[in-house]
Amino acid sequence: MSIDLETAAHVARLARIRVEPERLPALAEEFNRILGFIEQLNEVDVEGVEPMVSVTPMRLKRRPDEVTDGGYPEKILSNAPDAREGFFVVPKVVE
Amino acid sequence: MSELSSLSIAEARDALRRGDVTAVELTEACLREIEAADALNAFVHKTPEIAMERARAADAMLKEKGDEAPGMCGIPVGIKDLFCTEHVPSQAASRILENFRPEYESTVTAQLKAAGAVMLGKLNMDEFAMGSSNEHSVYGPAVNPWRVDERLLTPGGSSGGSAAAVAARLCLGATGTDTGGSIRQPAAFTGIVGLKPTYGRCSRWGIVAFASSLDQAGPMTRTVRDAAIMLQAMAGHDPKDSTSADLPLPDFEAAITGDIRGKRIGIPREYRMEGMPAEIEALWKQGAEMLRDAGAEIVDISLPHTKYALPCYYVIAPAEASSNLARYDGVRYGYRAKLAKGEGIVEMYEKTRAEGFGPEVQRRVMIGTYVLSAGFYDAYYNRARKVRSLIKRDFETVFADGIDAILTPATPSAAFGLGEMSEADPVQMYLNDVFTVTVNLAGLPGIAVPAGLDSQGLPLGLQLIGRPWEEGELLNLAETLERAAGFVSKPEKWW
Repeated sequence: MSIDLETAAHVARLARIRVEPERLPALAEEFNRILGFIEQLNEVDVEGVEPMVSVTPMRLKRRPDEVTDGGYPEKILSNAPDAREGFFVVPKVVE
Repeated sequence: MSELSSLSIAEARDALRRGDVTAVELTEACLREIEAADALNAFVHKTPEIAMERARAADAMLKEKGDEAPGMCGIPVGIKDLFCTEHVPSQAASRILENFRPEYESTVTAQLKAAGAVMLGKLNMDEFAMGSSNEHSVYGPAVNPWRVDERLLTPGGSSGGSAAAVAARLCLGATGTDTGGSIRQPAAFTGIVGLKPTYGRCSRWGIVAFASSLDQAGPMTRTVRDAAIMLQAMAGHDPKDSTSADLPLPDFEAAITGDIRGKRIGIPREYRMEGMPAEIEALWKQGAEMLRDAGAEIVDISLPHTKYALPCYYVIAPAEASSNLARYDGVRYGYRAKLAKGEGIVEMYEKTRAEGFGPEVQRRVMIGTYVLSAGFYDAYYNRARKVRSLIKRDFETVFADGIDAILTPATPSAAFGLGEMSEADPVQMYLNDVFTVTVNLAGLPGIAVPAGLDSQGLPLGLQLIGRPWEEGELLNLAETLERAAGFVSKPEKWW
């Protein structure tokens, strides 16, 4: 598997990280080196092996679906880069 | 170095209870050391007012409760910047969390606070805990207090600030977190003790998430007994973390009996790496002999999937990171990039993340995005999860055969110079975690214990790996190793 410039640009877009076009060749090369390292996993016979889903066998806890926390919008907004009138502010998303 | 800040936690606890020293005096001594140690760049947000306030409260608690006060009461500690601490900067050493002041306190730091521990400030680290040298930090690298020539050395990473601060006697203990070796590798590089508990032993709530199925908080201290005392305050079930274990907490310090007779210690042949420095191989052998002399039985074992642990980790950890770090979008907290006229929300996300994340974080987020993307999920992510099952099974097999713990080197080398690896390919840096990463994948407890010095005079550590939930037994074995190794060297103060 080899990552070309187009794939590198696609991955950057999916990750929502801007990568300037002149950085793409170096990025693709880094990806290829790391993926080359990862490819070793293909040597392992995983036939019939279940993927590991939890580190220790335990049932996830359940509790009644009820509100146990909240009611402090000012705290939620206190770290926002831009907040007005109780809302987060972002650039216009609908015309 | 101040005598007070050089006390072990156990010594300080006993002196506090006897009334020979107050928490205020201990705290003032540590704050003076911190003020004089800016060259180490370990404490990146200092909180002297909070420290003094907590020290006074601890003295009041000690007066009221006497010997019944918690072991950590009045003990000055540093907190890794990955832990959210109420109204105190908590930015995971990232620009993207610039100016973030949480409105809440992580469960682990809240428990330390409730036990009377004194927070001195926040400690340097690799950004989002991704790194093995503390060089990926918005604050610049933390510096190892150990040096043997004019070079500045790395304290390791990601908990590099924690390791440097404890080794330099700026505080009595520090919190760390360990996803692939981030407590144990820096502990080994700085000649201190670092314990990664069993996955689920400490709550992850309020700790900035890197790879949720691997992350675990633990203590970094100067002695094994201190790690037991500090773990007692950090551990326990938390309803706010669904993966935290609802198990009774043993008395970890009481498990340190000094008697390890009849314990079976495994020596995994796959950890004998090609090109491993002879000194590390010799130290490993000596460690096994020390445990044998104390009455343990040494057994050769095999963990056949060891060589696949690092590639497995470098699928799973970036995959989880890419998902966890999706929340940094410039909307709810932290940094937001300035937008040019006409730029919209997608540009805001992309510029914010390009300017806010450092290069290693960007690299891992993108690798994670790739391995999770349509068409590659099975080939990479699911395959890695299957290999992870096999790695875990290797350990289960040897434990079922009666092995109580496993002895390995902690790191493939002693601390290296800051900047020495900057030209290396990222995979070279990843090899630092070769002995530690298996433990995270299997969810086991592991501890690094300082065991000797290399020919340059730099500390080297050994690692003990235990059965799940058997931190007590692991600490008991580690204490025997610590005693037999008799590691008393300290970095000479140059900062």
